Amino acid sequence: MTTTLVEPAAEKQVVAAPAVRRRRRLPFSGWHFFLLPTAVLFLVPLVQMILASVSPAKELAQFPRPLLPSHLTLAGFRTLFTTTPALHWLLNSAIVALSAIIAQCILCSLAGYGFARLKFKGRNVSFFFIIATIMIPTQVLMVPTYMVFSRLGLLDGLGAAIVPWLAGAFGIFLMRQFFLSIPKEMEEAAALDGCGRLQIFFRVVLPLAKPALATLAIFTLLGSWNDLVWPLIAINNESAFTIQLGIANFQGTRRTQWELLMAANVVATAPLIAFFLAAQRHFIATMTLSGVKG
Amino acid sequence: MVTSHESTAVQQLPAGRKPAGSSRVRRLADNLHGWAFIGPAMVIVVGLSIFPAIWSFVLSFQKWDGFSQPEFVGTDNYTRLLTDQAFWDAVRHTGLYTFLFVPASVLAGLLLAVALNRKIRGIGFYRTAIFVPFVTSAASTGVLATYLFSPQFGLVNDMLRRLGLPQQGWLEDPSQAMLVIAIMSLWGQAAFTTVIYLAALQDVPHELTEAAKIDGASPWQTFWRIVWPHLTPVTVFVVVWQTISAVQLFDLVYTTTRGGPLDSTKTIVYFLWDKAFHTLEFGYGSAAAYALFVVTLGITLGIVMYSRRKNLEAF
Repeated sequence: MTTTLVEPAAEKQVVAAPAVRRRRRLPFSGWHFFLLPTAVLFLVPLVQMILASVSPAKELAQFPRPLLPSHLTLAGFRTLFTTTPALHWLLNSAIVALSAIIAQCILCSLAGYGFARLKFKGRNVSFFFIIATIMIPTQVLMVPTYMVFSRLGLLDGLGAAIVPWLAGAFGIFLMRQFFLSIPKEMEEAAALDGCGRLQIFFRVVLPLAKPALATLAIFTLLGSWNDLVWPLIAINNESAFTIQLGIANFQGTRRTQWELLMAANVVATAPLIAFFLAAQRHFIATMTLSGVKG
Repeated sequence: MVTSHESTAVQQLPAGRKPAGSSRVRRLADNLHGWAFIGPAMVIVVGLSIFPAIWSFVLSFQKWDGFSQPEFVGTDNYTRLLTDQAFWDAVRHTGLYTFLFVPASVLAGLLLAVALNRKIRGIGFYRTAIFVPFVTSAASTGVLATYLFSPQFGLVNDMLRRLGLPQQGWLEDPSQAMLVIAIMSLWGQAAFTTVIYLAALQDVPHELTEAAKIDGASPWQTFWRIVWPHLTPVTVFVVVWQTISAVQLFDLVYTTTRGGPLDSTKTIVYFLWDKAFHTLEFGYGSAAAYALFVVTLGITLGIVMYSRRKNLEAF
């Protein structure tokens, strides 16, 4: 490969020269010509969402819709919170996400630690089973899981949305890999000081695991907050809806009330956007590791 | 995928003390400890993944409506699938979406990553703008799609009108609905392929690109001759991953067209969801799910084998 580059080097420099000169004439990088329109294009749907949520209803039902609302109004939010249980659904979503995050962080790190550090009968077989479940697509599981939940009396309640998120193969694997990567010396020292296994785990190991736990928490937050398919199947009772189910439901019942739909969209998306802006680096790390979108 | 290689041969000593005597009691205690740590998570994973997967497999050989006694029907469900026109239509629609979405998302990820992988003014803003749609849910994306692509009131048709171009039916046109769904998926998920490529680009040895520049290579040549060969394993991974997620398309169909217009966006998962939870054909739905699983596995293995043969170690 290098030889082909070396041979026509003289020619290449002649060709390259004007390019260099042209770049110098611009006071900024030429990539802005690509990046600026692209960034705007990616922001348009979100900006439209926010604008529509504060627009007068009348202006959203005319063609063409004005690019900017003639005046700002919070009527959409007011109808959303006074005529629908949206606030209740938001609370449900928050309960689901919070329970899921807490449970995943505890159960997956316990299991990850067990797989990484403890020696016991059945460890390798169990770990194989955990990894195998990564391959199983969710739609294979939908029907039997529905049946199991129905037998356990979990359908139509918030529990239906929470239980599938209590622990998962991704989290266990992530935590195991993390524990394998940290040195054992601190745990051994703590053991010599007479700490029990649980004590070592909670006092010594878990505080070290903050970066991995952040990844796991973000993964669980995105997945559980945005989940639609499973709640759609398992929850028919409006009082146990998550906000995502509520929005999907509005699409049938309030199709033409765009200001209300967009207000619901804003309140459902704003928390995640806020977290994203506050912890962008952690979000990107999570995306790189998991690639899972709820 | 980053960490998956070091999974074998980790023989750890149990933390701490190692007394000589009563080894059986010791071992029992170790086993109890181990299972205490992994037990709760194992219950969830076995109960909600392994057990349902096995049950689903059994169900695929049964006829069952969820109430009456399940009836064993052998491979009837699978043979019925092979001749079910609606299923093959769903396969076709899923294929169309995969064909639109996978190449577009991989190319977009590559292009965006190359563009974002430089230190220029405003790069933080660009990254945030391109990544932030990733957090929007399928439900919200669906609402946005119907809003922006509304044939009567939508921004997209308004832009076309301003440019003097003919307006389109979009989600209400059977030949365009899948395209709109693919565009909105791309909007929400371009961030994923982009971050994967960005991470890979940052792993390309700097000395190599520097050396190429000194040798007089143009940026274009440097990219194709030096950088691109480093990216092929990642490309294989991204293609597999995006294909797997594309053939499982459901959410965005549900929140935009619900399979319409004229069933033109009815995907495989939409088909099996409909069979299982509307017409209560649990056995038939399970068979469709397993068929999809096998096809997914086949595609994955196919791409992995292909890349192995071409020596593009991605897995």
